[in-house]
Amino acid sequence: MITLQFCYLMAGLAFGSYAVLSAFDRSNRKRFGNAAFWGLFASSFLFGSYLTDWQNGLLVLALIVLGGCGLVGHGKPSTTSSKERRESAILRGNWLFAPALLVPAVALLGTLFLKQAQIGGSALLDPKNVTVISLVLGVVIALGVAMRWLRPKPPAPLQEGRRLADMIGWAIILPQLLASLGAIFALSGVGKAVGEIATRYLPLGQPFEAVLVYCVGMAAFTAVMGNAFAAFPVMTAGIGLPLIVHQFHGNAAIMAAIGMLSGFCGTLTTPMAANFNIVPAALLELPDRNGVIKVQLPTAGLMLIANTLLMYALVYRF
Amino acid sequence: MLTLLGIAAVVAGFAIRLNPLLVIGAAAFVTGWAAGFSPVEILSAFGKAFNENRYVSLVWLILPLIGLLERYGLQERARMLVARIRVMTVGRLLLSYFIIRQITASLGLTALGSHAQMVRPLIAPMAEAAAEKELGSLSDEQRYRVRAHAAAVDNIALFFGEDVFIAIGSILLIKGFLQQSGIVVQPFELSVWAIPTAVLALIIHGTRVLLLDRKLKRETAQAAE
Repeated sequence: MITLQFCYLMAGLAFGSYAVLSAFDRSNRKRFGNAAFWGLFASSFLFGSYLTDWQNGLLVLALIVLGGCGLVGHGKPSTTSSKERRESAILRGNWLFAPALLVPAVALLGTLFLKQAQIGGSALLDPKNVTVISLVLGVVIALGVAMRWLRPKPPAPLQEGRRLADMIGWAIILPQLLASLGAIFALSGVGKAVGEIATRYLPLGQPFEAVLVYCVGMAAFTAVMGNAFAAFPVMTAGIGLPLIVHQFHGNAAIMAAIGMLSGFCGTLTTPMAANFNIVPAALLELPDRNGVIKVQLPTAGLMLIANTLLMYALVYRF
Repeated sequence: MLTLLGIAAVVAGFAIRLNPLLVIGAAAFVTGWAAGFSPVEILSAFGKAFNENRYVSLVWLILPLIGLLERYGLQERARMLVARIRVMTVGRLLLSYFIIRQITASLGLTALGSHAQMVRPLIAPMAEAAAEKELGSLSDEQRYRVRAHAAAVDNIALFFGEDVFIAIGSILLIKGFLQQSGIVVQPFELSVWAIPTAVLALIIHGTRVLLLDRKLKRETAQAAE
């Protein structure tokens, strides 16, 4: 059976090779910082399951110090010039898109058809993680196809991977780190405290006020937590169910559906939703870390107004 | 109430633009401390959570593939493709991608997109090429804004499309939560009420990206004067 462990092994080997290649990259003044950062991240993938919680904690702390104190720099792996790239693009044509599109295609087919697939009586893919595993398989297959077609020197995909990884830099661990912070918040009862404050201090006497506070609260709480999933249970148990549904007899399905979408408006505005907002800014080489958020703000505001009015128009009617 | 200090730390840290890794580390310790945990307990809980969330970072396995294709001219090819289509403007290109991304997401195909897979290698260079074709050349600020718009379209189309699908994570979370509270709803009832918001998102953000065309043109005209 192919499990997440297989995927972690692949990721560990990839980041491990970035660490080794970084250590030998004399163009990078901070090359040992890069080697340590990618090496530690690789060990998390390779050995994380065998380390104690405390050891994993030390590993994260080391990653935070390396990345947070500017000890990670940018390597300069050898790559092609822009002239060579233009010539190759003309020569190879639209076929260049094929390997890139093969990844989502395999991920999709795997999710749809390999869920039940069996080999010798046991499942081919771990059924709990079919989508993620299919995605990784898609990458492996597409990379194999691209290597056979383009025939680069063997280290080329690893050097190119390192080029992009160095460009994104410490932001690579940000989404995973924020998910971990969410676990600490849950453990410490942060959600409950916010819910208490919202219900104690906000005006909620009228049907419209309840809708307004619920929708804006979902957006604001989501912006703080970086994730609408964390905000939804708190706001719905605190305001949505007792007031909109029970006191004012609103429709629970409409409240919940539009409430969640109000939370997504908050996701568009916050650096805490790193994989949607901060990582693309790094991937697109924007000088302003918040460049994507700034472009999204007007839509987020308008959509929050739209959701609030929609909920008020619909929730007490059906 | 002390547990909210962690949230204050996050807001303050981001506001004064500290490195986000340090902000998150500090917030975790402040929150855990306020809730009465010892440093060792906090570090262990943080390490455990980090280890359990490793699957979040598996998306980075795509980097060697995208990097390799870029080495052979993927971005350049994306630009050439757009330059050939005469009627293509930034706004129309982004609107087309918005519609495709929203429809596929509403069918549950959320994997057909994302920043590393589609925006950096294809959509952003296409948007830049479309803008260059219209305006001749772009200022740095304009170039970065066009790229940011490419990323924004991916996010907004995904967020306001995926909930129309009945088996997406957020719909299942809602169903489970309401069930615990004694209210049984079918996923279909929830996803139907995501449709009005999806349509409004298309109208609102679609209008914004189409207005981007005019705005860029006006800026270039002003700069030329």
